[in-house]
Amino acid sequence: MWDYLKLIVLGVVAVFAAIASNYAHDLAYQVNAIVVMLAAGLTFLWTLRTMGEPKTANAGEYMDGVVRAGVIATAFWGVVGFLVGVVIAFQLAFPALNFEWSQGILNFGRLRPLHTSAVIFAFGGNALIMSAFYIVQRTSAVRLWGGNLAWFVFWGWQVMIVLAATSYVLGGTQGKEYAETVWYIDWWIVVVWVGFLAVFMGTLFKRKEPHIYVANWFLLSMILTVAMLHIGNNLQIPVSVFSSQSVPLFSGVQDAMVQWWYGHNAVGFFLTAGFLGMMYYFVPKQAERPVFSYKLSIIHFWALIFLYIWAGPHHLHYTALPDWASTLGMVFSVILWMPSWGGMINGLMTLSGAWDKLRTDPIIRMMVVSVGFYGMSTFEGPMMSIKAVNSLSHYTDWTIGHVHSGALGWNGMITFGALYFLVPRLWNRERLYSLSLVSWHFWLATIGIVLYASAMWVTGIMEGLMWREVDANGFLVNAFADTVAAKFPMYVVRGLGGVMFLAGAIIMCYNLWMTVRAQPARAGAGSAVPAE
Amino acid sequence: MDTYGLLREFADSWALVALTLIFLGVVFWAWRPGSTRLHEDAAKSIFRNDTKPAGDAGRGLSRAPARGQKEA
Repeated sequence: MWDYLKLIVLGVVAVFAAIASNYAHDLAYQVNAIVVMLAAGLTFLWTLRTMGEPKTANAGEYMDGVVRAGVIATAFWGVVGFLVGVVIAFQLAFPALNFEWSQGILNFGRLRPLHTSAVIFAFGGNALIMSAFYIVQRTSAVRLWGGNLAWFVFWGWQVMIVLAATSYVLGGTQGKEYAETVWYIDWWIVVVWVGFLAVFMGTLFKRKEPHIYVANWFLLSMILTVAMLHIGNNLQIPVSVFSSQSVPLFSGVQDAMVQWWYGHNAVGFFLTAGFLGMMYYFVPKQAERPVFSYKLSIIHFWALIFLYIWAGPHHLHYTALPDWASTLGMVFSVILWMPSWGGMINGLMTLSGAWDKLRTDPIIRMMVVSVGFYGMSTFEGPMMSIKAVNSLSHYTDWTIGHVHSGALGWNGMITFGALYFLVPRLWNRERLYSLSLVSWHFWLATIGIVLYASAMWVTGIMEGLMWREVDANGFLVNAFADTVAAKFPMYVVRGLGGVMFLAGAIIMCYNLWMTVRAQPARAGAGSAVPAE
Repeated sequence: MDTYGLLREFADSWALVALTLIFLGVVFWAWRPGSTRLHEDAAKSIFRNDTKPAGDAGRGLSRAPARGQKEA
């Protein structure tokens, strides 16, 4: 019965998408409609072919198939996202790379949202979904709730990524940073995200551990807050059901404030709270020691929740936003420094008494550097939110450097650590293929980030100073093009840093691939990999 | 008073006081007497049930593996 309903829904969606692609008002919508038609059609066929088969879900085993798929997707989208990042970094250094033949598709303006969404939502999103599924099962001691709903979340998220990517390069955008996806992709994200919430909450409800481990608090706050932010920032009225254009409900400074309330909390809850959930599980597991202070982790959580939501206005210093609002954002950003460093200390001190592991275990080294970058960027961020500093740093490359020390250093490194932790366990292998390749990855990535961040500090502060320089008569000394010319060497260094980071990620993929292919299965483990 | 002014006044007074008290309450709750044992158990919970869901033995702190017993 349930299967028939699925077939009807999928069939209707596929037919409607086919009609919609015919009536499309713009190319991005047309291509997206074809993608939806194909996705719905393939799922229809798959459902039809597997209809008669008995559905077995072994409650005595964890549902790890979807986590394995998430590991593969994370590594794949990571490499794609880093590659696009390297391309656009060199496009900025060498504008000739915006080729004439690909104008309007592969130029910087079209690829930039592709890069940011690929690394944040494809790489980061898959990392969060797969670690949430892994962690909530282990810490609740039950199989995931909802049967194949977890698979729907996984595949739904991949469809979202493909839709967003094809939409961006063909010009579909809402013009909101980190929320570029057009209205129908926004709606789809809500559907998938509610499924994610249901799987996560359902698993927590039937847990066998009396206490909900703190990593789950962070992950759940990430799911809930991102849902709220996403809906709040995407209140748009579509122009037509056959168009990707829509009109926002808010306008002017209200729209800007809502956008940065969303934007900063996407950083705060997607890229911080969610990844802190990963830190609170994977760092103690890899160090084989419980977290340094569980009480501190509770305070860390609540302080972050109470403070982060107010910090958004610091993105709008010296704009039409009222002064009190931007001062509020600044004050809360500075206060946020405290819980952030509390969390960093908690993560680092988990290693107290086991510091020797830093010498012997490159995975723990990766995680520690990641937590170190978390501390560094949560110091840099509050500093840059102070109005006086912001008057120099705003609109310069310093901001980009700050974002990347957080994204590459903190989010990237903790995700790499989690992938190295998970692959041998999920595929039931004794160990990784090569620890020295992990070391190679570690050093390439770390040096890459240092090159990136330091190049952006230099060029950011330089252009900030050049913009404000006036002569004795009060005239500006530099034209904008002068600052662009002066930035060239730093842009090349930044691109090279990106190449190193990308090379490290490719080495990781090879290492993980060989771990699954060439390493012997773990001997004597009673429970083999469940046949899912 | 208009809606904005009303909400603004409420946010600046009662809501601010209530949220501050809730936050302080949470901090004190974390440090309440007797919480240390529960927190230590919670912190160690990640080392249980690594490969398989728990059986139907039910909930309870007593299911922690004995000292020295290592999870696979």
